Amino acid sequence: MGLEAKLQTDGFITTTIDAMVSWARKSAVWPMPMGISCCGIELMAVGGAKYDIARFGSEVMRFTPRQCDLMIVAGTVTYKMSHVVRKIYDQMPDPKWVIAMGVCTSTGGMYRSYPVVQGIDQFLPVDIYLAGCPPRPDNLLNALMMIQEKIGKTRARDFQDAPLTETN
Amino acid sequence: MLTKEFLSEKLSAGFPELKFEFSEFRDEITVKLSKSFIVTVCDYLKNTEGLQFNYLEDITAIDWARKKERFEVVYILFSIDLKQRLKVKVGVEEKDAKVDSVSVIWKAANWFERETYDMYGITFNDHPDLRRMYMPEEFQHHPLRKDYPLMGHPGDLSLPQK
Repeated sequence: MGLEAKLQTDGFITTTIDAMVSWARKSAVWPMPMGISCCGIELMAVGGAKYDIARFGSEVMRFTPRQCDLMIVAGTVTYKMSHVVRKIYDQMPDPKWVIAMGVCTSTGGMYRSYPVVQGIDQFLPVDIYLAGCPPRPDNLLNALMMIQEKIGKTRARDFQDAPLTETN
Repeated sequence: MLTKEFLSEKLSAGFPELKFEFSEFRDEITVKLSKSFIVTVCDYLKNTEGLQFNYLEDITAIDWARKKERFEVVYILFSIDLKQRLKVKVGVEEKDAKVDSVSVIWKAANWFERETYDMYGITFNDHPDLRRMYMPEEFQHHPLRKDYPLMGHPGDLSLPQK
Protein backbone atom coordinates (compact mmCIF):
# COMPACT_ATOMS: atom_id res chain seq x y z
CA MET A 1 0.00 0.00 0.00
CA GLY A 2 1.36 3.38 -1.03
CA LEU A 3 1.62 6.45 1.10
CA GLU A 4 -1.22 8.25 -0.69
CA ALA A 5 -3.64 5.34 -0.32
CA LYS A 6 -2.79 5.04 3.37
CA LEU A 7 -3.45 8.73 3.88
CA GLN A 8 -6.75 8.53 2.02
CA THR A 9 -8.12 5.69 4.12
CA ASP A 10 -6.69 6.49 7.54
CA GLY A 11 -5.75 10.14 7.25
CA PHE A 12 -2.51 9.59 9.19
CA ILE A 13 0.62 7.41 9.19
CA THR A 14 2.80 6.12 11.98
CA THR A 15 6.59 6.09 11.78
CA THR A 16 9.63 6.59 13.98
CA ILE A 17 11.61 9.76 14.47
CA ASP A 18 14.74 7.92 13.31
CA ALA A 19 13.13 6.83 10.04
CA MET A 20 11.76 10.28 9.37
CA VAL A 21 14.96 12.15 10.16
CA SER A 22 17.15 9.83 8.11
CA TRP A 23 14.64 9.98 5.24
CA ALA A 24 14.79 13.78 5.32
CA ARG A 25 18.56 13.69 5.57
CA LYS A 26 19.15 11.32 2.68
CA SER A 27 16.67 13.03 0.37
CA ALA A 28 18.50 16.34 0.42
CA VAL A 29 22.22 15.66 0.48
CA TRP A 30 23.84 18.94 -0.43
CA PRO A 31 27.24 18.29 -2.01
CA MET A 32 30.42 20.29 -1.72
CA PRO A 33 31.88 20.11 -5.25
CA MET A 34 35.60 19.73 -4.55
CA GLY A 35 36.43 19.62 -8.28
CA ILE A 36 40.21 19.72 -8.30
CA SER A 37 40.90 18.31 -11.77
CA CYS A 38 39.38 16.33 -14.66
CA CYS A 39 36.84 14.39 -12.52
CA GLY A 40 35.32 17.80 -11.84
CA ILE A 41 34.10 17.88 -15.44
CA GLU A 42 32.16 14.65 -14.94
CA LEU A 43 30.84 16.10 -11.71
CA MET A 44 29.52 19.08 -13.69
CA ALA A 45 27.89 16.70 -16.17
CA VAL A 46 26.05 15.09 -13.28
CA GLY A 47 24.75 18.51 -12.32
CA GLY A 48 23.59 19.16 -15.90
CA ALA A 49 20.23 18.34 -17.48
CA LYS A 50 21.16 14.97 -19.00
CA TYR A 51 22.09 13.13 -15.81
CA ASP A 52 20.35 15.57 -13.49
CA ILE A 53 21.45 15.05 -9.91
CA ALA A 54 18.29 16.97 -8.91
CA ARG A 55 16.38 13.68 -9.20
CA PHE A 56 18.16 12.67 -5.99
CA GLY A 57 17.70 15.95 -4.17
CA SER A 58 21.37 16.86 -4.47
CA GLU A 59 21.22 19.65 -7.01
CA VAL A 60 22.15 22.30 -4.48
CA MET A 61 25.90 22.42 -4.93
CA ARG A 62 27.05 24.74 -2.21
CA PHE A 63 30.29 26.56 -2.68
CA THR A 64 30.52 27.17 1.01
CA PRO A 65 31.36 24.14 3.14
CA ARG A 66 29.17 25.39 5.99
CA GLN A 67 25.98 24.32 4.17
CA CYS A 68 27.19 20.95 2.88
CA ASP A 69 26.58 17.36 3.92
CA LEU A 70 28.63 15.50 1.32
CA MET A 71 32.08 16.26 0.01
CA ILE A 72 32.77 14.93 -3.48
CA VAL A 73 36.55 15.03 -3.87
CA ALA A 74 36.88 14.96 -7.65
CA GLY A 75 40.49 15.05 -8.79
CA THR A 76 44.12 14.46 -7.99
CA VAL A 77 45.01 15.64 -4.50
CA THR A 78 48.60 16.78 -4.11
CA TYR A 79 50.32 17.11 -0.76
CA LYS A 80 50.10 20.86 -1.10
CA MET A 81 46.36 20.72 -1.82
CA SER A 82 45.66 18.17 0.94
CA HIS A 83 45.79 20.88 3.62
CA VAL A 84 43.13 22.88 1.76
CA VAL A 85 40.89 19.83 1.30
CA ARG A 86 41.15 19.00 4.99
CA LYS A 87 40.43 22.58 5.99
CA ILE A 88 37.26 22.65 3.89
CA TYR A 89 36.20 19.27 5.28
CA ASP A 90 36.70 20.55 8.82
CA GLN A 91 34.40 23.48 8.14
CA MET A 92 31.49 21.25 7.11
CA PRO A 93 28.94 20.72 9.89
CA ASP A 94 28.28 17.18 11.17
CA PRO A 95 26.94 14.76 10.03
CA LYS A 96 29.02 14.66 6.86
CA TRP A 97 30.08 12.15 4.25
CA VAL A 98 32.88 11.89 1.68
CA ILE A 99 33.01 10.37 -1.81
CA ALA A 100 36.50 9.78 -3.18
CA MET A 101 35.68 10.21 -6.85
CA GLY A 102 38.06 8.56 -9.30
CA VAL A 103 41.22 6.52 -8.86
CA CYS A 104 43.47 9.51 -8.10
CA THR A 105 41.65 10.35 -4.91
CA SER A 106 41.16 6.68 -4.03
CA THR A 107 44.72 5.43 -4.48
CA GLY A 108 46.80 8.05 -6.27
CA GLY A 109 45.88 6.39 -9.57
CA MET A 110 48.36 6.76 -12.37
CA TYR A 111 50.21 9.49 -10.46
CA ARG A 112 52.61 7.26 -8.60
CA SER A 113 55.03 10.06 -7.76
CA TYR A 114 56.26 12.22 -4.91
CA PRO A 115 53.79 15.17 -4.97
CA VAL A 116 50.53 13.17 -5.10
CA VAL A 117 48.83 11.76 -1.99
CA GLN A 118 48.37 8.04 -2.59
CA GLY A 119 44.75 7.95 -1.46
CA ILE A 120 42.90 10.69 0.44
CA ASP A 121 42.01 8.22 3.21
CA GLN A 122 45.43 9.13 4.59
CA PHE A 123 43.94 12.35 5.90
CA LEU A 124 40.14 12.09 5.46
CA PRO A 125 37.54 9.50 6.45
CA VAL A 126 36.13 8.20 3.15
CA ASP A 127 32.68 6.61 2.78
CA ILE A 128 32.67 5.61 -0.89
CA TYR A 129 35.61 4.87 -3.19
CA LEU A 130 34.46 5.42 -6.74
CA ALA A 131 36.53 3.70 -9.44
CA GLY A 132 37.13 5.10 -12.91
CA CYS A 133 39.40 7.57 -14.64
CA PRO A 134 37.19 9.54 -14.67
CA PRO A 135 34.07 7.66 -13.52
CA ARG A 136 31.02 8.00 -15.74
CA PRO A 137 28.27 10.33 -14.44
CA ASP A 138 25.90 7.42 -13.84
CA ASN A 139 28.63 5.85 -11.75
CA LEU A 140 28.70 8.93 -9.54
CA LEU A 141 24.92 8.78 -9.21
CA ASN A 142 25.32 5.17 -8.09
CA ALA A 143 27.79 6.34 -5.45
CA LEU A 144 25.32 8.96 -4.32
CA MET A 145 22.63 6.30 -3.99
CA MET A 146 25.00 4.21 -1.89
CA ILE A 147 25.58 7.23 0.33
CA GLN A 148 21.80 7.65 0.63
CA GLU A 149 21.49 4.02 1.61
CA LYS A 150 24.15 4.56 4.26
CA ILE A 151 22.43 7.68 5.58
CA GLY A 152 19.12 5.78 5.65
CA LYS A 153 20.59 3.38 8.21
CA THR A 154 21.62 6.12 10.62
CA ARG A 155 19.59 7.07 13.68
CA ALA A 156 18.93 10.61 14.82
CA ARG A 157 20.81 10.13 18.09
CA ASP A 158 23.97 8.93 16.31
CA PHE A 159 25.01 12.53 15.88
CA GLN A 160 23.63 14.17 19.01
CA ASP A 161 27.09 14.78 20.48
CA ALA A 162 28.65 15.87 17.20
CA PRO A 163 30.03 19.39 17.21
CA LEU A 164 28.55 21.84 14.74
CA THR A 165 31.96 22.31 13.14
CA GLU A 166 35.38 20.93 13.91
CA THR A 167 38.32 23.23 14.16
CA ASN A 168 41.89 22.23 13.68
CA MET B 1 65.90 31.04 -41.66
CA LEU B 2 68.67 31.19 -39.10
CA THR B 3 71.76 29.28 -40.18
CA LYS B 4 74.69 28.09 -38.15
CA GLU B 5 77.12 30.07 -40.32
CA PHE B 6 75.22 33.32 -39.90
CA LEU B 7 74.91 32.88 -36.15
CA SER B 8 78.57 31.96 -35.77
CA GLU B 9 79.58 35.00 -37.79
CA LYS B 10 77.39 37.31 -35.71
CA LEU B 11 78.58 35.90 -32.39
CA SER B 12 82.27 35.97 -33.26
CA ALA B 13 81.86 39.57 -34.42
CA GLY B 14 80.40 40.48 -31.03
CA PHE B 15 82.64 38.26 -28.89
CA PRO B 16 85.90 37.52 -30.73
CA GLU B 17 87.59 36.10 -27.61
CA LEU B 18 84.80 33.64 -26.70
CA LYS B 19 84.41 29.98 -27.69
CA PHE B 20 81.00 28.76 -28.87
CA GLU B 21 79.95 25.21 -29.68
CA PHE B 22 77.24 24.85 -32.27
CA SER B 23 75.06 21.85 -32.95
CA GLU B 24 72.05 21.32 -35.14
CA PHE B 25 69.19 18.86 -34.87
CA ARG B 26 66.11 18.88 -37.10
CA ASP B 27 66.79 22.44 -38.27
CA GLU B 28 67.06 23.76 -34.73
CA ILE B 29 70.33 25.29 -33.65
CA THR B 30 71.84 24.96 -30.19
CA VAL B 31 74.77 27.02 -29.00
CA LYS B 32 76.76 26.15 -25.92
CA LEU B 33 78.94 28.62 -24.05
CA SER B 34 80.64 29.24 -20.74
CA LYS B 35 78.23 30.22 -17.99
CA SER B 36 80.13 33.34 -16.94
CA PHE B 37 79.15 35.14 -20.16
CA ILE B 38 75.48 34.17 -20.28
CA VAL B 39 74.14 37.63 -19.44
CA THR B 40 76.24 39.57 -21.96
CA VAL B 41 75.63 37.03 -24.73
CA CYS B 42 71.87 36.99 -24.06
CA ASP B 43 71.82 40.77 -24.13
CA TYR B 44 73.62 40.65 -27.49
CA LEU B 45 71.21 38.00 -28.85
CA LYS B 46 68.24 40.14 -27.92
CA ASN B 47 69.46 43.50 -29.17
CA THR B 48 71.42 42.72 -32.36
CA GLU B 49 69.99 43.34 -35.81
CA GLY B 50 69.37 40.02 -37.57
CA LEU B 51 69.03 38.06 -34.31
CA GLN B 52 66.44 39.97 -32.26
CA PHE B 53 65.58 37.15 -29.86
CA ASN B 54 63.03 39.24 -28.00
CA TYR B 55 60.95 36.39 -26.59
CA LEU B 56 62.20 33.97 -23.94
CA GLU B 57 60.10 30.83 -24.26
CA ASP B 58 61.52 28.82 -21.39
CA ILE B 59 64.41 28.18 -19.07
CA THR B 60 64.96 24.69 -17.79
CA ALA B 61 67.82 22.38 -16.88
CA ILE B 62 69.06 18.87 -17.55
CA ASP B 63 70.61 16.64 -14.91
CA TRP B 64 73.19 14.43 -16.66
CA ALA B 65 73.93 12.69 -13.33
CA ARG B 66 77.36 11.23 -14.15
CA LYS B 67 78.98 13.98 -16.21
CA LYS B 68 81.61 16.25 -14.68
CA GLU B 69 79.43 19.21 -15.51
CA ARG B 70 76.40 17.63 -13.95
CA PHE B 71 73.78 20.19 -14.98
CA GLU B 72 73.04 22.02 -18.17
CA VAL B 73 70.81 25.09 -18.07
CA VAL B 74 68.84 25.51 -21.29
CA TYR B 75 67.42 28.80 -22.58
CA ILE B 76 64.88 28.54 -25.39
CA LEU B 77 64.69 31.79 -27.34
CA PHE B 78 62.36 32.92 -30.07
CA SER B 79 62.37 35.97 -32.28
CA ILE B 80 58.85 37.21 -32.85
CA ASP B 81 60.01 39.60 -35.59
CA LEU B 82 62.17 37.16 -37.57
CA LYS B 83 60.35 33.95 -36.60
CA GLN B 84 63.46 32.01 -35.67
CA ARG B 85 64.28 29.86 -32.69
CA LEU B 86 67.52 29.20 -30.79
CA LYS B 87 68.55 27.14 -27.80
CA VAL B 88 71.35 28.35 -25.58
CA LYS B 89 73.01 25.97 -23.14
CA VAL B 90 75.47 26.51 -20.32
CA GLY B 91 77.16 23.78 -18.29
CA VAL B 92 77.00 23.96 -14.49
CA GLU B 93 78.99 21.90 -12.02
CA GLU B 94 77.33 20.45 -8.96
CA LYS B 95 79.81 22.06 -6.52
CA ASP B 96 79.23 25.51 -7.96
CA ALA B 97 75.59 25.33 -9.05
CA LYS B 98 75.16 29.04 -9.67
CA VAL B 99 74.33 30.94 -12.84
CA ASP B 100 73.80 34.67 -13.34
CA SER B 101 70.16 35.60 -13.72
CA VAL B 102 68.92 36.82 -17.10
CA SER B 103 65.80 38.39 -15.58
CA VAL B 104 67.30 41.84 -16.26
CA ILE B 105 67.06 41.05 -19.99
CA TRP B 106 63.76 39.18 -20.18
CA LYS B 107 61.27 39.70 -17.36
CA ALA B 108 59.80 36.25 -18.09
CA ALA B 109 63.01 34.72 -16.77
CA ASN B 110 61.92 35.51 -13.23
CA TRP B 111 59.48 32.63 -12.86
CA PHE B 112 61.41 30.25 -15.16
CA GLU B 113 64.48 30.61 -12.99
CA ARG B 114 62.44 30.10 -9.85
CA GLU B 115 61.08 26.88 -11.36
CA THR B 116 64.56 25.70 -12.31
CA TYR B 117 65.80 26.52 -8.82
CA ASP B 118 62.89 24.64 -7.26
CA MET B 119 63.32 21.51 -9.35
CA TYR B 120 67.13 21.31 -9.75
CA GLY B 121 68.60 23.42 -6.96
CA ILE B 122 70.53 25.68 -9.30
CA THR B 123 70.69 29.17 -7.81
CA PHE B 124 70.57 32.29 -9.97
CA ASN B 125 72.75 35.21 -8.91
CA ASP B 126 71.09 38.61 -8.62
CA HIS B 127 67.62 37.13 -9.03
CA PRO B 128 65.02 39.57 -7.62
CA ASP B 129 62.88 36.95 -5.86
CA LEU B 130 64.37 33.45 -5.78
CA ARG B 131 61.71 31.43 -3.95
CA ARG B 132 60.35 27.98 -4.71
CA MET B 133 57.73 27.84 -7.44
CA TYR B 134 55.83 24.55 -6.90
CA MET B 135 57.04 22.81 -3.77
CA PRO B 136 56.24 24.09 -0.27
CA GLU B 137 58.74 26.54 1.17
CA GLU B 138 59.85 24.18 3.94
CA PHE B 139 60.64 21.37 1.46
CA GLN B 140 64.32 20.41 1.62
CA HIS B 141 65.02 18.68 -1.72
CA HIS B 142 65.01 19.35 -5.44
CA PRO B 143 62.77 16.67 -6.95
CA LEU B 144 63.90 16.61 -10.59
CA ARG B 145 67.48 15.76 -9.61
CA LYS B 146 68.29 12.21 -10.63
CA ASP B 147 69.20 11.20 -7.06
CA TYR B 148 65.74 12.10 -5.74
CA PRO B 149 63.57 8.96 -5.59
CA LEU B 150 60.34 8.85 -7.59
CA MET B 151 58.17 8.48 -4.50
CA GLY B 152 60.25 10.91 -2.43
CA HIS B 153 61.43 10.17 1.08
CA PRO B 154 58.67 9.39 3.59
CA GLY B 155 57.78 12.51 5.55
CA ASP B 156 59.28 15.00 3.08
CA LEU B 157 55.88 16.57 2.54
CA SER B 158 53.42 17.01 5.38
CA LEU B 159 49.84 15.77 5.46
CA PRO B 160 47.03 17.17 7.63
CA GLN B 161 46.19 15.25 10.80
CA LYS B 162 43.47 12.68 10.35
